[in-house]
Amino acid sequence: MALIEAKKISGIISAINGPVIKGKNMTTFKMREMVTVGDKQLIGEVIILEGDIGTIQVYEETEGLKIGEPINPTGKPLSLNLGPGMLKNMFDGIQRPLEKIQQLSPIFIPEGIGLLSIDDQKLWPAVLSVKAGDILLAGSIFGTVAETEVIQNRLLVPPNVSGTVIEVVPDGSYTIDDVLVKISDGKNQVHELKMAHEWPVRTPRPNAYRKETLVPLITGQRVIDIFFPIAKGGTAAIPGGFGTGKTMTQHQLAKWSDADIIVYIGCGERGNEMTEVIEDFPKLIDPRSGKSIMERTVLIANTSNMPVAAREASIYTGITIAEYYRDMGYAVAMMADSTSRWAEALREISGRLEEMSAEEGYPAYLPSRIAEFYERAGSVETLGGEEGSITIIGAVSPAGGDFSEPVTENTKRFVNVFLALDKSLAYARHYPAINWLESYSGYIKILSDWYEDNVAADCIPLRNKILELMYEENKLQEMVMLVGEDVLPDDQRWVLEIAKLVKVGYLQQNAYNKDDTYVPLEKQYAMLKAIEYLYDRGREGLKLGIPTSQLKDLDIFGQFIKMKYTIPNDDLSGIERLKDEIDQYFEVLFKKYEN
Amino acid sequence: MKKEYLRIDKVVGPLIHISDVDDVFYGEVVDIMEIGTGKIKKGKVIKIDEKNVIIQVFQNTAGLAAGNSIIKFTGESFNLPMSLDLQGRIFNGVGEPIDNGSDIFSLVEANINGRPINPMSREYPRNFIQTGISSIDTLATLIRGQKLPIFSGNGLPHNELAAQIVKQARLGDNVHEDFAIVFAAIGVKHDDEKFFRKSFDDANVMDRVVMFVNYADDPIAERITTPRCALTAAEYLAFEKHMHILVVMTDITSYCEALREISSAREEVPSRKGYPGYMYSDLASLYERAGMLRDQLGSITFLPILTMPNDDITHPIPDLTGYITEGQVVLGRDLFQRSIYPPVAILPSLSRLMKDGIGEGFTREDHAEVANQLFASYSKVQEVRDLSQIIGEEDLSPTDKKYMAFGRAFEAKFLNQGFDESRNIIQSLNLGWKLLALLPLTELDRLSPENIEKYFHKEL
Ligand SMILES: Nc1ncnc2c1ncn2[C@@H]1O[C@H](COP(=O)(O)OP(=O)(O)O)[C@@H](O)[C@H]1O
Ligand SMILES: [Mg+2]
Repeated sequence: MALIEAKKISGIISAINGPVIKGKNMTTFKMREMVTVGDKQLIGEVIILEGDIGTIQVYEETEGLKIGEPINPTGKPLSLNLGPGMLKNMFDGIQRPLEKIQQLSPIFIPEGIGLLSIDDQKLWPAVLSVKAGDILLAGSIFGTVAETEVIQNRLLVPPNVSGTVIEVVPDGSYTIDDVLVKISDGKNQVHELKMAHEWPVRTPRPNAYRKETLVPLITGQRVIDIFFPIAKGGTAAIPGGFGTGKTMTQHQLAKWSDADIIVYIGCGERGNEMTEVIEDFPKLIDPRSGKSIMERTVLIANTSNMPVAAREASIYTGITIAEYYRDMGYAVAMMADSTSRWAEALREISGRLEEMSAEEGYPAYLPSRIAEFYERAGSVETLGGEEGSITIIGAVSPAGGDFSEPVTENTKRFVNVFLALDKSLAYARHYPAINWLESYSGYIKILSDWYEDNVAADCIPLRNKILELMYEENKLQEMVMLVGEDVLPDDQRWVLEIAKLVKVGYLQQNAYNKDDTYVPLEKQYAMLKAIEYLYDRGREGLKLGIPTSQLKDLDIFGQFIKMKYTIPNDDLSGIERLKDEIDQYFEVLFKKYEN
Repeated sequence: MKKEYLRIDKVVGPLIHISDVDDVFYGEVVDIMEIGTGKIKKGKVIKIDEKNVIIQVFQNTAGLAAGNSIIKFTGESFNLPMSLDLQGRIFNGVGEPIDNGSDIFSLVEANINGRPINPMSREYPRNFIQTGISSIDTLATLIRGQKLPIFSGNGLPHNELAAQIVKQARLGDNVHEDFAIVFAAIGVKHDDEKFFRKSFDDANVMDRVVMFVNYADDPIAERITTPRCALTAAEYLAFEKHMHILVVMTDITSYCEALREISSAREEVPSRKGYPGYMYSDLASLYERAGMLRDQLGSITFLPILTMPNDDITHPIPDLTGYITEGQVVLGRDLFQRSIYPPVAILPSLSRLMKDGIGEGFTREDHAEVANQLFASYSKVQEVRDLSQIIGEEDLSPTDKKYMAFGRAFEAKFLNQGFDESRNIIQSLNLGWKLLALLPLTELDRLSPENIEKYFHKEL
């Protein structure tokens, strides 16, 4: 201890420019080292070292700092304390618990509160699964703690430590700082294993190897699960102008998707949206666990009025937490709303550093940062031999709603699912406003076996058929806008009628309706199948020369539009009855025309 | 003892550079006294590099030069005294009284930059505020504690609309709850300020209004502090004195232009249209000061007004605003030209908070459906209008003709209302049903059978 203290040499603040400061006398500092800045001990990170001059981004408001105040090293890079106590909690961009901050300062977030992290007082019931003599590999599991009612925290050997167990404490209640297991490595060095260990946020946690992703993340949202599915371990972007539904979609995914763990990052967005999550999530019941969805959720909040450098860090904090739970063998889904604010934070820091900018003021390294981030998604075999995955779903907020700007463009290069939100759909209150013509999923092929085995043999072909119908409708609409609908031949008008049904009755999904907010895959498929049935029967009628106006029975169409509300999620018999009604109606109609 | 400096190296727009300075802190307030006149201007340290300091001056820098001014570092942040006596008073953009009244004396001082509210401390806003304006109450409902901007254009009646809201809206649940209005005018014409002052008088609330005024011919740098002073007063009244505060602020466009000018004087790398890359965060540091706190009375409801350059909603000012605020009320020039007041373009308008503040127990159980249906049907009207431009109204299908009629009636009867006319939410919803009755029932796919049964084609 004393030795380390003696080596500590402080830097001295020499320049202050918003969240970026410079220090002198910093030759002993390391690149990316976490430091405390000034008498208030603000938290910062060294981002440039040149000779004895260091540049530091500061994660707190810098007003009040003076030239000459000290910069102190911490000896380690910006790191998180990974252990039980993250689920059900909300943290700022550098993992400081907002609830604890609130106890220190009831309304506003002050600066200079120092490094807080997960609760180190709380006693957790630990069950140890190893005994003396066992060999523990890096990243393997040595015990469990019931972190919440739903999630077992599997205690991990840190990824950079391994050895033979020489001592184990009995099962019982311990804090995250208690030594639970001692291991000795080959070089006779003893390592202490605790519930928590530190990990630097900017270094991806290692895994054994990457696996192919073959299972979809089931979200309960029709347009996603059926039309543009996201694979577990995959990547998706949700771009859209303001008010098009990015946050709603992200919230829906956080609420209903069938991941084990949700890491939700509110990155540079509204304070009230995080408050909403804190207020609502505990009340929502996860259909799979029967418990509140909060039990599996970690929240990171750097709202738009919080310091911008911590916004840059929040993304890394989130993904590191996601990797930690992945390494326990969980399927983690991470939502980042919005990655554009992270990119803008990069731009702001870069501007203060007077770096050369590429497009629209963004630094030239923007694409590589985006790529590195999404590359931390994936399905893996963990070091401990478990199967885990991280799915990343990033919202993108293009300036002016224009998808050709740098963040959207570069994100598009590195994600496999693109859920394009559309202003005109949102204006017409078609929600979710996911444009079916512009969106795509690169996972259709690799997931089609899964759909065939778990939903229906024709699920993907059905999806393709309906999507083609929607493409055709789009072309026809262009014609309609020139000449009016009445001029079109009947088979084309039938396409328009069915497409409208698909839009209103199927693609539109009301997040505020208690049944429609989450729909099981079976019902999603059955609904679409029923629409196809109506479409096909109608086409038989067209062959008999029956006009669209006759084919379109208002009562049947009305029932189709309402079926998302009227047919219970757990009883699909109504859909069969609907098909019977179609048959009855068309039989009578066909008879009339056959004669 | 703080040192005084006599030397100015350089004056660039609102910025002055001085060198050989010791012992100042980032954000420190500076008094700049003109030798001779003794006039004092205020400024703030915005960059320190070794002994070189850049100061942003809030008043006009014209006439400042080496040798004619004394620069004094005050050792203070930008603080304002806070008191209930702020009400009924008028201040300039740096918080100095301009109404010939006395200075505000108080032991309570607050830094005008504020601090971020901890999201754990917030309460999600859910209380409906009736503005008496059909389009807003029904389709873009204002919620207590919401930040809901008016996106307008030059010459459109945004001032009238804001004044009507001030006059008609009731912020508190009952008369016992205290309310006040904080008004910030940023770069406005004297006429506009007079208009608001008169409308506060007419609404009989002048003694509850705190005004911060920066006129169009006042210094630009003061535009940066005007909204911050106003929001600091609002926070004090709402969160310390537990009052319901309505902040009306105009014109955010002037604010952003000032931000751009200062940024360019600092030679910063611009992002879109020359506005600084940090404008989003900067605007957020204003807008996010609205809200409510958990377990505590008091709220800040925030109505910023901005004029969209060229009526372009994708311009960085409305764009970045819309990304931060909880919706927007957009005014449309075409409606205005057809003499519809208030000319609320409903399709791009949105209230993100209305979902929890409407419906049974708040407004009426059919509210969400009526709103959705009006949006959907009116959006169809736009399509039909486009088509009728091409093929002529006579050749439209019978259903499309009904849409044309619905569109006209909706604009003339629902959107259009008098400056002095206040409709309660029940009247507005009933009016909505009456207009929807112009369309065939088969077109109304957002309505549930129960509500159709109860309200459609009924004498309401
Ligand atoms: N699936 C949905 N169901 C119902 N309403 C929705 C849905 N998606 C979006 N909305 C509406 O759109 C508004 C804006 O959505 P939001 O997600 O906040 O947009 P963004 O994050 O893109 O700015 C919401 O407040 C809500 O009224
Ligand atoms: Mg959003």
